[in-house]
Amino acid sequence: MTVVLAVFLGAVVYAAYGMGIQVPTDAGQVSPDQLASAPPFNEPGVKDLGGGFYQVVMLASAFQFEPGEITVPAGSDVEFVLTSRDVIHGFRVPGTTINAMVMPGQVTRILYHFDEPGEYTFMCHEYCGTGHHVMSGRIVVTAQ
Amino acid sequence: MTRANAAGSLSPDIPYVPAGSRRIILAYLTLAMVALALGGLVGPFQALNSIGVNLYDYLPVTSYYHGLTLHGVLLVLVWTTFFIAGFLSLVTIHGFQRPLSSRGLERLAFWSMTLGLLVAAVPILLNRATVLFTAYPPLRAHPAFYIGLALVVIGTWLLSANVFLTYRDWRRENPGKRTPLIAFGAMVTLAMWDLASLGIAVEFVALLIPWSLGLVEGTNVLLARSLFWFTGHPIVYFWLLPTYLSWYFMMPKQVGGKLFSESLARLAFLLFIPMSLPVGFHHQYTDPGVPTSWKLVHAFFTFVVFFPSALTMFTVLASLETGGRARGGKGAVGWFFRLPWKDPSVTAQLLAMILFALGGISGLINASYNLNLSVHNTLWVVGHFHLTVGTAVTLSFMGITYWLIPYLTGRALYSPGMARLQAWLWFIGMALMGRGQHWLGILDAPRRTMLSDAPYYAAEWLTPSYLVAAGGIVLTVSGFLYLLNMALTAWASRVPAQVEVPMAEPLQDEAAMPVALDRLRPWVVGSAILTAAAWVPMLWYMTVAHPWTIRGFTMW
Repeated sequence: MTVVLAVFLGAVVYAAYGMGIQVPTDAGQVSPDQLASAPPFNEPGVKDLGGGFYQVVMLASAFQFEPGEITVPAGSDVEFVLTSRDVIHGFRVPGTTINAMVMPGQVTRILYHFDEPGEYTFMCHEYCGTGHHVMSGRIVVTAQ
Repeated sequence: MTRANAAGSLSPDIPYVPAGSRRIILAYLTLAMVALALGGLVGPFQALNSIGVNLYDYLPVTSYYHGLTLHGVLLVLVWTTFFIAGFLSLVTIHGFQRPLSSRGLERLAFWSMTLGLLVAAVPILLNRATVLFTAYPPLRAHPAFYIGLALVVIGTWLLSANVFLTYRDWRRENPGKRTPLIAFGAMVTLAMWDLASLGIAVEFVALLIPWSLGLVEGTNVLLARSLFWFTGHPIVYFWLLPTYLSWYFMMPKQVGGKLFSESLARLAFLLFIPMSLPVGFHHQYTDPGVPTSWKLVHAFFTFVVFFPSALTMFTVLASLETGGRARGGKGAVGWFFRLPWKDPSVTAQLLAMILFALGGISGLINASYNLNLSVHNTLWVVGHFHLTVGTAVTLSFMGITYWLIPYLTGRALYSPGMARLQAWLWFIGMALMGRGQHWLGILDAPRRTMLSDAPYYAAEWLTPSYLVAAGGIVLTVSGFLYLLNMALTAWASRVPAQVEVPMAEPLQDEAAMPVALDRLRPWVVGSAILTAAAWVPMLWYMTVAHPWTIRGFTMW
């Protein structure tokens, strides 16, 4: 039994540090009252950093994401940087390992590599109020 | 012993339990069942909503999320806590063979919990606290919600103080004796809970109450959330340990067997004190603001919880096996079918164990750090806790009341046949619903979401949603039969009850059992140190480094 548990734990740790499937970490704090002047949140949207690297700066608020639609080319490495204007929200992109909470006062940072062209829906998966179930958006991964 | 007279009025003569205590225990259990009825009523509306059938216009709630708050608070907080308060009171009195040490404290505990429940119920019912049972700030409920729930927690502390005072009285008169098993189970449960509940007490009293009253403008969201999970994980052991108390120390007697090993049983109970606590960040794997290193440490300790769980699986099964074999059962599994399945109390708890095995396995996925990314905040998690708290705990508590209510009222269970049917229906309903919810989770359907109106509803979600809806309907029937049987037992049963508190004997007298297995203090002190090491540095960091300026919102 100890062996089974050790194997499980070993697999988890290998997936995290060997394969890079990692959970969010402490990426800093930001006041929700100062988003208009706090980079990068003063300019939400997609930024081409060159060399196949993109940064997506996203603000969650009841009941929308800004931007609500994102387009990146296949093969790109995307860094998502998110925070919330009001209550706690979630950011889940089904079909990927992107799954994180988005909180007022906290910066959520996620790295993901989009391999294939296609379309992904993303949604808020933490209760944030009566309109929670409509809070969603779309990622379009275009062919290069 | 005849406990109901010819006129049907109560004249119970229960050993060691004063009439006043009996009334309080019955009141706890009644409030628990009222919560089960009201909270359970919302369940089928949620289950049907997942297949797009929206019947909320026929329910006197303001929104899906208003109903969801009622469902969560009434079932996971009220039904469990009030049942446990009543059950552990009786177990303590019967175990030590003496009334609780202080009548005043007993009444104060009851009224603190009951007043707290009423105070919290008003804003919840009036849609002023639609924050779900997790109450994450900066969603801000009416202050009465936090004050009421704090009073409930304080009530459990008063109860626990009374139990420990009763132990002190007993110990004074019985130096050198081993603590009776059932009373030992009650004390371990409450000692663990006293440590565990500090998190939510600090969250509510220091952070959320002053903030909701407007005394401070902002709060610290991640600190509050972490304090919530400081309590939020061990609270499941506050529900499970009374269940284990019945499985370990009562069921062997009910099935005609013996407790396989007293020292293994005591060790497993005691291990749950340290192992319940340093694990709460496994609910926050996807949170920002918490370094991955701390999440991994808590993941490691979560895996360690597997050891007392495996001890439990082994000891409980081995104890049941002694009963099945004593009843003529043969072979590797034949004994299982020879268990007294006619006894609804036994049937309910055996079925609860079977689904608990599945719920435990899905919990292993949740616990697995990055694997959690594939299921976090999906209906998978909802499936997990409907098999654990919704079945292992709830169906066992129902099974316990099948002897406990007759014992306390002196009236035989109105219909054992209806009770057996009820237990099977709960098992079938939960198996269907749990399967559907786990499946939906793998397909990424979010939890706590009004799926009928979600623009992203995926076609592949429909089939598993039908399982959820079907299970929900079966569960509603089962819940109705349970409450009907309880009501008929209390008001219409004219047959005197012939029941005793089941107390299992160990298979062999372990004269050489290590004394550490009958001492709480070293375990509690050790657990406090381990808990402090696993929590204080991060909580301190959040306190000094994270913003305290987050304003509250009413989003409903």
